[in-house]
Amino acid sequence: MSTIKFESEMRSSSPVLEVRDLRKEYGGALPHLAIDLVSFSVREGTRLSVVGPSGAGKTTLLKCVSGLQPATSGSVTFRGNSVITPPDGLSIVFQDYARSLFPWMSVESNVGLPLRYRALSRQRRAEIVADALESVGLSDHARRYPGELSGGMQQRVAIARALGYQPRLLLMDEPFASVDAQTRLSLEDLTLRLCKRYDITLMLITHDIDEAIYMGDQVLVLSASPAVVRATIDVDLPRERNQVETKLLRRFGEIRGEIYGLIHDGGKSRKAE
Amino acid sequence: MSRAKRLLLLEIVSPIAIVAALWVWSARAGSFFFPPLSSIYKAFNTVWLGPGLLNDAVPSLSRWATAYAIAVILGIALGVPLGLSPIAKRLLGPVMEFVRAIPPPAILPIAVILLGIGDAMKISIIVLVSIFPILISTADGVAEVHATVRDVAKTYRIPFHAELFRILLPAASPRIFAGLRTSCTLALVMIVLSEMFGSTNGIGYRILGSLRSFSIPEMWSGVILIGLLGYGINLFFGWVERRALSWHHSVTVE
Repeated sequence: MSTIKFESEMRSSSPVLEVRDLRKEYGGALPHLAIDLVSFSVREGTRLSVVGPSGAGKTTLLKCVSGLQPATSGSVTFRGNSVITPPDGLSIVFQDYARSLFPWMSVESNVGLPLRYRALSRQRRAEIVADALESVGLSDHARRYPGELSGGMQQRVAIARALGYQPRLLLMDEPFASVDAQTRLSLEDLTLRLCKRYDITLMLITHDIDEAIYMGDQVLVLSASPAVVRATIDVDLPRERNQVETKLLRRFGEIRGEIYGLIHDGGKSRKAE
Repeated sequence: MSRAKRLLLLEIVSPIAIVAALWVWSARAGSFFFPPLSSIYKAFNTVWLGPGLLNDAVPSLSRWATAYAIAVILGIALGVPLGLSPIAKRLLGPVMEFVRAIPPPAILPIAVILLGIGDAMKISIIVLVSIFPILISTADGVAEVHATVRDVAKTYRIPFHAELFRILLPAASPRIFAGLRTSCTLALVMIVLSEMFGSTNGIGYRILGSLRSFSIPEMWSGVILIGLLGYGINLFFGWVERRALSWHHSVTVE
């Protein structure tokens, strides 16, 4: 199919993130290969969705890419520098907002914490925090505590914290998997708006095929464990997305079918090999 | 009257009723070892609101406070690396569990010989005993901090000192508080015990001295003072926990 481009054909014009031949093997009593020779890149200002079956090593991939975990081999380059520990200019929104937010700190302190250790005046910091909270619609809740907010609101606080850090690349690890379906759709749209408004490059990890297509300019399809890249699919849909209209497009359905096939038939053909 | 109010009333009335019953019973009992509560009350006033306050209560409390403060600082300072490093935990775990398992009175005699009967002996022995609940609860609390919490700190490049004081210790604080509370009561036990062993003053010394000179009401007044102190500690910790850990309750209730 014309929209499927295999790794070797991928062009790279000023990538923010470049991953080459990444491998992650866990040692110990039960050695386990989580990721096998994954390569991809994310270009400035674009949105990459990573989709794969549950337990495919998507979170491991995020941890290796962000420098939270060392890879066994391969290279990760962020804005031209090799990634060993989490680099400046990279924010992560984790799935589990109940753990990623600090319940003993107010909402504004949660958002402001990463900024305390930058050379910023107190006033500038307060401005950034207020702006970040305003952009996720939580200005009125600055003094509340995470435990007092709903799940969707808590995840918006986590997004505000990620934004306040003023990242060049935003990584999201199943960010909407723990909220209800309605909240999920509105958080997807919020994220798209914010990426546009702040010109942020996005890498979103999800197990939901629709979400991967809706959020991405490109979708990286991973196989089941060990994760290898099955395909990189260009999402040739209008860049302006809409929950109802975009998902009704014929093209949306075709891409969904392609990805579904890659994930499910992929398993069969691997066994046959 | 609501159920909560009735329960509160019960909580207030029952101690008063018990004290009143004891008062009446002990007045008629004529027992040497259980003197009338009124005479214990009198002894309490003359001893603990008199010379005993400066001579015995204040030294006890100051040793207790000093020892407890040392135990808190050392316990937390040693507990954090123990919680962060699985290697340190494996390395020191068995030794710690062994020392902890020794009943404190067993080390008292040797402590008296090694450290004399001065404050140094008492403070050392209290620290040695009461440090363990703090040390272990801090280590456990820090070790239990979820990996995501630490990943957030790493992602946002939060310096270690800030991660320690703003993230790790607050995250572990519900556990640490439990340790602080146990340890505070344990320190009270140890102060009384150490003063009975080798001492020239203190509440424990006074209790034993009163018994030996057959001043039974005086002895009981010392026992009551210790009881009140222990009760006060628990009230205090309850209050601090409600205030400092209110976020924790709001999280766990969900």
